[in-house]
Amino acid sequence: MSARTLTIVLFVVFVLFTLAITIWASRQTKTATDFYAGGRSFSGFSNGMAIGGDYMSAASFLGIAGIIALSGYDGFLYSIGFLVAWLVALLLVAELLRNSGKYTMADVLAFRMRQTPVRVAASISTIVVSIFYLLAQMVGAGALVALLLGIKPGAHFLGMDAGTAKIATIIFIGILMIVYVTVGGMKGTTYVQIVKAFLLMVGAAVMTLLVLAAFKFNLSGLLGEAAAKSGKGAAFLEPGLRYGKEVAGDAAQTFYNKMDLLSLGIALVLGTAGLPHILIRFYTVPNSKAARKSVLWAIGIIGTFYLMTLALGFGAAALVGSEAITAQDKGGNTAAPQLAQVLGERFLGGANGGAAMLAIIAAVAFATILAVVAGLTLASSSSLAHDIYASVIRKGQVSEGSEVRVARISAFAIGAVAIVLAIFAQSLNVAFLVALAFAVAASGNLPAILYSLFWKRFTTAGATAAIYGGLITAVVLVFFSPVVSGSPTAMFPNSDWHWFPLSNPGIISIPVGFLCGWLGTILSREPADPKKYAELEVRSLTGVGAH
Amino acid sequence: MSTDAPDRYERIADNPEFAGLRRALRRFVFPMTIAFFSWYALYVILSAYARDFMGTVLFGNINVALVFGLLQFVTTFLIAWLYARYADRKLDPVAEDLNARIQAGEFDADEQPKEVVA
Repeated sequence: MSARTLTIVLFVVFVLFTLAITIWASRQTKTATDFYAGGRSFSGFSNGMAIGGDYMSAASFLGIAGIIALSGYDGFLYSIGFLVAWLVALLLVAELLRNSGKYTMADVLAFRMRQTPVRVAASISTIVVSIFYLLAQMVGAGALVALLLGIKPGAHFLGMDAGTAKIATIIFIGILMIVYVTVGGMKGTTYVQIVKAFLLMVGAAVMTLLVLAAFKFNLSGLLGEAAAKSGKGAAFLEPGLRYGKEVAGDAAQTFYNKMDLLSLGIALVLGTAGLPHILIRFYTVPNSKAARKSVLWAIGIIGTFYLMTLALGFGAAALVGSEAITAQDKGGNTAAPQLAQVLGERFLGGANGGAAMLAIIAAVAFATILAVVAGLTLASSSSLAHDIYASVIRKGQVSEGSEVRVARISAFAIGAVAIVLAIFAQSLNVAFLVALAFAVAASGNLPAILYSLFWKRFTTAGATAAIYGGLITAVVLVFFSPVVSGSPTAMFPNSDWHWFPLSNPGIISIPVGFLCGWLGTILSREPADPKKYAELEVRSLTGVGAH
Repeated sequence: MSTDAPDRYERIADNPEFAGLRRALRRFVFPMTIAFFSWYALYVILSAYARDFMGTVLFGNINVALVFGLLQFVTTFLIAWLYARYADRKLDPVAEDLNARIQAGEFDADEQPKEVVA
């Protein structure tokens, strides 16, 4: 059996298994709380696994391994930022949000405020962040399929060339995620994420062990070989090959490069607690104590995984080599599965062993992507149905049944938009795209969340100013950055309308979000409602009246 | 609808035990957030501006940058564990006690018939 057939078989097994779970979950999904929050019946550990499954995306597995493999140490910065970020969620957000919200991020933001303006703003922000994130995942899926099916430029598979096969994969993944969400709701999605987290952890652990075994468990030896093979020597093990580059004789560009590194760093650490698809996971447990437990488990699981990215990335650099990686995928997104193939050839025996390992790890990567896109689709369709349809359009006068029906229809719409956009973003590194999603979340959502929970004077005008100010600044700066136009790796490499020098907008847009929230509040005519703040504080800290 | 008289939640919010709970939470999470954020910012800034220092080899191919990065993992696990312990000991008992007293109606004694508007 070829790697191609085996991957397809394994992936089909995974899809059938998770579809069965989804259908089973749909039988248990009767109320709106079941659909949006999985009946709030998951344990701290189950939710911790599901958070891991929701969070460790194609960016973590494919993207970080790719960046480390090609640029060395700089990729590790992502692993660190993605992990440290969980402390913001643990210390400041998870428990308070669990106690005071119901189904969506907007529940907490709108708690003390006038419903319509805040819910509309929060919903727009939820959808924009989720779409950015979805794009990244689908680009990863496209890159993966070309590797798996062994489609090199010019080759054909089932009458499709590489480009067509990538597009077909993106559409296929899109359809599957819509099915998971519409049929299984939060319960189905959660189980898919738990299964995926398990598979990913096992897959990464096996690869890590094999990489270390290849170097006789000598980490220093692995690093030395990676550095030597990269052709860059010791610099490969130090920060600076990709981010914060020093350009001789060009002080301005050097300055921008350094700023870009700081910007990425701040976006990574502040983004997590503003990601709507992560926040709604806290509603799936019975109380705030379970929410805390789930974050603690998540930190353990995610931290372990990110430690393994070192072995995966440097292992790919040492054993696969950057030439072979970039020949397959310019962004480096296929480094991890290529490493799996090499490890299989070495430890399982010959081409067949390599094909088997490649197939297994590729199927794990597909599972990874599917679980994340399902979570993202659920977050945005929940927000459309609960915040826009039920709260803003129908003013709460709506039956649970029709609200959930609208959520299912929304999932179709979001899925369709994501499919179309993903087709345009195919040449970018997925970890990098996710970093943009983090920047948008940290700018548009986090300031409003923190002000809502901790600042008594925060008002409706402050909340909408924080969300729109941060969100619009982030998106506009990305649009006029070298990521979109004016550089060889841009989305539109042949045009140039860029004027913003940084690739990541966080260092500007996150402070703008905080500043807008503050200005909006002190300039607003309508004062904050002290009674509502007292209610939010009491409920969020004691759990009284929690849904 | 809204009057200037404090309602049930405002009375709870003014209660010394609740004020103590709020203080206990903030006393831990705010300084800890500043601490881990500064520690992380130091790492990012050194990665940008102190390349020679980060590239210093400690032994074999292990340099300061790698050890500094791994220390970020260690501190993250440590802070998570410290918070879990603190919340278990200092926050949960107070929150549970207050929750029980609120549920028992201790704070809504003098406004029983007021809940008219939905």
